[in-house]
Amino acid sequence: MNDMTPTSAERAEKLEGMGCKRKRVEDVRFTQGKGNYVDDLKLPGMLYGDLVRSPHGHARIKNIDTTKAAAVPGVVAVLTAEVLKTVNLAWMPTLAGDVQMVLADGKVLFQNQEVAFVVAESREAAADAVELVEVEYEALPVNVDPLKAMTDGAPMIREDLKDKTDGAHGKRKHYNHVFAWQAGDKAATDAAFAKADVTIREFIVYPRVHPCPLETCQCVASFDKIRGELTLWGTFQAPHVIRTVGSLISKIPEHKIHVIAPDIGGGFGNKVGAYPGYICSIVASIVTGRPVKWVEDRIENLSTTAFARDFHMDMEIAATKDGKVTAMRCYTIADHGAFDACANATKWPAGLFSIISGSYDFPTAYCLVDGVYTNKAPGGVAYRCSFRVTEAAYCIERAMDIMAQKLGMDPAEFRIKNLIRREQFPYTSAFGWQYDSGDYHTAMNKAMETVDYKKLRAEQKTKREAFKRGETREVMGIGVAFFTEIVGAGPSRACDILGIAMFDSAEIRIHPTGSGICRLGTKSQGQGHETTYAQIIATELGLPADNIMIEEGNTDTAPYGLGTYGSRSTPVSGAATAMACRKIKAKAQMIAAYMLEVHDDDLEWDVDRFRVRGNPERFKTMTELAWAAYHEVPPGMEPGLEAINYYDPPNFTFPFGAYICVVDVDVDTGTTKVRRFYALDDCGTRINPMIIEGQIHGGLTEAFGIAMGQEIHYDDDGNVTTASLMDYFLPTAVETPHWETDWTTTPSPHHPIGAKGVGESPNVGGVPCFSNAVNDAFAFLGSTHIQMPHDHWRTWTAAEKLGLHG
Amino acid sequence: MAKSHIKMTVNGKAVEELVEPRTLLIHFLREQLMLTGPHIGCETSHCGACTVDLDGKSVKSCTMFAVQAAGADIRTIEGMANADGTLHALQEGFREMHGLQCGFCTPGMILRAYRLLQENTNPTEAEIRMGISGNLCRCTGYQNIVKAIQYAAAKLAGVPFQEAAE
Amino acid sequence: MIPGSFSYHRPSSVAEAVALLTKLGDDGRALAGGHSLIPMMKLRLAEPANLVDLAGIADLKGIRSDGNDIVIGAMTTQHDLIGSDLLGTKIPLLRETSLQIADPQVRYVGTLGGNVANGDPGNDMPAVMLCLGATYHVTGKGGERRIAAREFYQGAYFTALEAGDVLTAVRIPVPAAGHGAAYEKLKRKIGDYATAAAAVVLTMSGGKVATCSIALTNVAETPLWAEEAAKILVGSTLDAATVKKAVAAAEAITAPASDARGPAHYRTKMAGVMLTRALSRAKSKARG
Repeated sequence: MNDMTPTSAERAEKLEGMGCKRKRVEDVRFTQGKGNYVDDLKLPGMLYGDLVRSPHGHARIKNIDTTKAAAVPGVVAVLTAEVLKTVNLAWMPTLAGDVQMVLADGKVLFQNQEVAFVVAESREAAADAVELVEVEYEALPVNVDPLKAMTDGAPMIREDLKDKTDGAHGKRKHYNHVFAWQAGDKAATDAAFAKADVTIREFIVYPRVHPCPLETCQCVASFDKIRGELTLWGTFQAPHVIRTVGSLISKIPEHKIHVIAPDIGGGFGNKVGAYPGYICSIVASIVTGRPVKWVEDRIENLSTTAFARDFHMDMEIAATKDGKVTAMRCYTIADHGAFDACANATKWPAGLFSIISGSYDFPTAYCLVDGVYTNKAPGGVAYRCSFRVTEAAYCIERAMDIMAQKLGMDPAEFRIKNLIRREQFPYTSAFGWQYDSGDYHTAMNKAMETVDYKKLRAEQKTKREAFKRGETREVMGIGVAFFTEIVGAGPSRACDILGIAMFDSAEIRIHPTGSGICRLGTKSQGQGHETTYAQIIATELGLPADNIMIEEGNTDTAPYGLGTYGSRSTPVSGAATAMACRKIKAKAQMIAAYMLEVHDDDLEWDVDRFRVRGNPERFKTMTELAWAAYHEVPPGMEPGLEAINYYDPPNFTFPFGAYICVVDVDVDTGTTKVRRFYALDDCGTRINPMIIEGQIHGGLTEAFGIAMGQEIHYDDDGNVTTASLMDYFLPTAVETPHWETDWTTTPSPHHPIGAKGVGESPNVGGVPCFSNAVNDAFAFLGSTHIQMPHDHWRTWTAAEKLGLHG
Repeated sequence: MAKSHIKMTVNGKAVEELVEPRTLLIHFLREQLMLTGPHIGCETSHCGACTVDLDGKSVKSCTMFAVQAAGADIRTIEGMANADGTLHALQEGFREMHGLQCGFCTPGMILRAYRLLQENTNPTEAEIRMGISGNLCRCTGYQNIVKAIQYAAAKLAGVPFQEAAE
Repeated sequence: MIPGSFSYHRPSSVAEAVALLTKLGDDGRALAGGHSLIPMMKLRLAEPANLVDLAGIADLKGIRSDGNDIVIGAMTTQHDLIGSDLLGTKIPLLRETSLQIADPQVRYVGTLGGNVANGDPGNDMPAVMLCLGATYHVTGKGGERRIAAREFYQGAYFTALEAGDVLTAVRIPVPAAGHGAAYEKLKRKIGDYATAAAAVVLTMSGGKVATCSIALTNVAETPLWAEEAAKILVGSTLDAATVKKAVAAAEAITAPASDARGPAHYRTKMAGVMLTRALSRAKSKARG
C-alpha cells in the first residue's frame, strides 16, 4: 500500500453504487431517438388493427354488418364477438375476478366500448373500414351515478351476472353490486363514536381521473402457425402476468408464448391489465397467420383504459376536545364502471384502502367499501395509487383538516398531536397493518422549520384581515399533508394476482471478465431500473455499475415477476437483487479463501474485495474472483458465478412524507397560483438521489393536475366529455409549479438494503396537500370542504356560495 | 388514391418518396423514412411529441401532411448529433440534468428546445417554460427539463453552467 | 387519427385558388396553416374531398403600410405577426394577443387568415379584429370585395364567406398614437381557448376616455363587439361605478356555451372580469 493506492472511499465512488447520482444508462438511447417502443416495431407482412367503438353509453346491439368494411381494399378481416366466440374469447377474465367483454356481446355498457376489430394492410385502410362497419343499436337507460347504482329500478348494467348473488369477493346485494369489503372493528369504532367529545363527518369525493401516459397502449401480436408459438410485444408493466393470463385464456401453452415489453413511454398503472385490443390482435394474428399491430389513439386511451379513483367516501373522525383522535369510520361507494377490471391483489377488492388511518394513532377504526357497476369504462386501480392508497390518503388528510377546523386547532399542530410516535414502531394500525419504521415528528418538524410555517400563518392572518377590509381579492391558503403509504406488494400470505404470489425476482450472472447481467421480473416504464438496480449490485458486489447490464421485460429470459406498479420494484426486486448478490458474494468469499489459503472467516469485505483480517495487502477483488470462478474453484464446487433469488417480502414497506404548500387564490376568477411547494419524503435507503428527485417532481406534477383540474367526466347520457387533451387537464411547463424536495432517511428494518420505494409517494401526498391548501384558503370564511378538482369555475363557485362576489 | 411524388431534405439527406396526400408528416417520417425518434402521443395536436424542425420552425409533424413539406429541410432527433458524431449540447444536457424518464416526449422536446435556443440564446426560466409550452411531459414535472435547456444554452455559449440554488 | 382520402392542390395564384375552390364547391376546402382543419380531419369531423393549399401563393404573405392602414397578408403566421417591428410599434395589441394563441409550434404555422376566417368562436383574433375595426379583403368568383370584420361573423363556423371565396388580407386602421390596448384572456392553461377574453382599445384625453372599443371572445357563437359597453365608458374616468355599468352591458350580450371551462353564467361573469382588467391595463398604457 502506498500513497497511490486508492482509498476505500475513492474505490467506492468509482463503483457508482447506492447513494450516488449516477447518470442514467437509458438516456444514451432516448436522447438519440433510439428508444425501442412498440410502435417502432415493423415486421414483414405486418397488418394493422383498429377498433370500432360504441357511441352509446348503454345499448343493445341489434345487428352488426361488416360487409362494406370488409370490402375496403386492403382489409383482411373484421372480428366481432361472434367470431371471438368460436375460440371462446368473446369474454376474458379480469385481474379482479370479474369477466369483461373483449368485443361487445349483444350489449354495449359504456361509451367507446369495443365492438369490432378491423384488420388491414395499412393504418389507412383499417381507419377507412372502421367508418364503414354498420352497427344497429337500441339505446337503453344509462346510469353514470354510482350513488344511484344500487337503487330500486336502476338500469341493470350486467345482465350476464343477473342471477349471480355470489360474486368474486362474496355476496352481491344488488344486481349492480360488485363486492362489499370491510376492515377494522365496527363495534369498537361505533362505541367510540357514540361517546366522542367531537366528531366530524364529510362526504369526500375523489373524482375519476386517468393516468394518461404519453405513449398510449399498444401491441404487436405474431402467431407462428408452424411452431404454434405466439410472440407478443406490448406496453406491459407486468409481462409475465400477461403471458400466464394469455396462456390460460388462449390455451396456447405458456412455454410457447413469448411476451416482450420493450421501452414503455410511461405506465403509471395504465398498462398493467390486458385490453381488448391485445386479445383481438392475438386472435387476428392466429386467424390471418401474420403479425398484427394495434395502437390506440389518445381518445381511446382516456375513455376506455384503466381509469383511476372514482371513490365516494362518507368519512367520520371522532376526537377528544383536546384534539386526540379516538376513532375513524368510512363508508365508500367505489365506481368500477361496467366491469371490475382492477389490477388488485386477489384478496383486496378495494386494494390497500385500509391504510386510511394514515399516519395517526387511531385506537380504533372501521371502513366498508361497496363496489358498484355503472355505464362507464372499466377499472379503478391506476395512476400511482399504490392500490387505493391515494384515495385513502386524500380522505384522511382532508378529514384531519376538517376536524382541526372544528376544534379550532392549527392543522399542523393537530397532526403533530396525533402522529404515531417513533417509539411506537413497528406500529400495528387499527386495521392490522404493521408499519415497519417511521420517525414522523422529525420529518414534520423539519418541514415546518424549512418553510417557516409560523411565519406563513402569521402572513395568512394579516392577509385575511386585509381581505375582510376589502383591500385584496386574493386569499392565501397553506396546505399540509402527512402521508403514510403502504407499498411493495407483497407478502405471499396477503398478496396474489390470480393465484400467483406477489414475490419478485432477480437473476444475476457474473462473466469471467468481471462484468455481468441481471434480469428481473419487474419492468421499468421510465423509473430508471437499468441504472438503479446496477447501483445496488455495485455496492453489494464491488463491481462498477457500468459493468452490469440490467434486463427486464422478456419473459423467456427474465425470471418470473409480477411487474412494476404500486412502487414495488425497489421493495421486492430490489430486495431480490441484494439477496442474489449475497449468494454470489458468499460463493466468491469461499473462492477467495481457497485462493488465499485462509479460512472463510479470516476474510473481511472492503468495498470491492475480500482481504485477510490483519493482513490487508492480501486480497482478492471481485473482478479477480469472477475470473477465478471459471477455472479455479475449490474442489467440489461448481464453476460459474451466478445466483437467482425469488423474494417473498415479509411485509409491505411504509414510505412517508411531510408536504407543505402555499397558494394564493383569486376569488374573482377562481384561479389558484401555487407560490411554494415543499415535499419531504422518507423512502428509507436512497439508491439514486437524482432519480428519486425526478420521481417526486413527476408525481407532484401529476398530483397538481389531479387536484387542480383533471376529471374523466360523463354527462347523464353517458357521454364522456373530457376524453381528449383539449379538455383533460395535463399541465404544461407554464402551469407546473417549482418543486422543492427534501428528505429524511428511516430505513425499513425488514428490507435487505433498507429501501422502501418512492415512485407513488408524491401523488399520494401531493393531492391532499394541494386540496388542503385551496380549502384552507377559504376556511376562515366558514367553508369546511370544497370538492376537487379545484379548477377555476369550481373554485369561483365556492367563492360565490360564500357570498364573496357582492 | 393516386400517390404524390415528393422530395425533401431530412437530417441533411435528400429523400424522394411516394405518398398519399393524406399521409401525415409524422407517419412519413416514422413509417417510410424509418425515423422512429419523433413519437405520437395524441391525435388532437396538443402533446408535441412529434415536434421536428422544419425550415427553421418548430412544427408538430402530426398536423401537417407530407405533401405540404415538399421541398422542406427537416431535422429530427436522429439528426441532432454534431457533425463529428458527438452529442448536441441538448442531448448531453438532458442526460446530465435528468431531463427525461420514459423518453417518449424527449425527441420532440429536444427539437423544440433546439429552435428555442436559436430564437433566444439565453432564455430565462420563464421564457424556457413558455418556450416549451407546446410539449407535454408526464414523467419529469419539467423542472429538470428546464435545467437541461439551461445547461445546453450555457454550453453553446461557451460559458460555465451554474445550476440555480434550490 | 387517420384522415379520409382527398386530392391535394397547390395553386400559385389567388385567381387559380378561387377558380379551383369555386369549381369544387362543397367538395373543396382551403388549407392555410392547417392547425384548425387538419385536427378536424384527423377526427373525421371534416372530410373534404379536395384540399387547396394556399401556401404557394406569394401574394398572400407580407405586412405593409397603406396610408393610415396596415395590410397583413392572410397567410402571415402568428410567428411573423409577433416578430413584426411595424406591428409591434403601431398595433401592439396584435403581438400581445398572438402570444396567447396556442403554443410556439402552432404559432409557427398557424396563420392570421386561418384564425379569422373559419368562424370558430374560440379563436382569439376575430374579437381583436372587431375591436380594431378591421376589414377583410376577400376574392371570390365575382372579384374582390371588402367586408368589415364587425359584419363578417354570423354564427359558429358561419361567416360572410361564400363558396369559392378566399380571404386574402386583413386591413387594420392604425389606432391613434398614445392609445392603450389590452387583450385579457382567462384560460384553463396556456394555449387553451378562452374561458372568456376581452379586447380593449381606448384613448384618453385629460384623464377621461375619449374613444373606446371593446370586443369579447368565446362567450357567444360569434366574437362580440360590445358597442354599448364602450359607449358607456366614453367621457368617464373609468371610475368604478361607470366600469360596473359597462361590465353589465357587456355581460348582457354574452350567451356562452357551458362546457368543461365552466357553466354559462360563470363564463359571462368572467367576460366581465376580463373586461375590467383589460380596461385597467389599457388605461395604464394610454397617454392623455
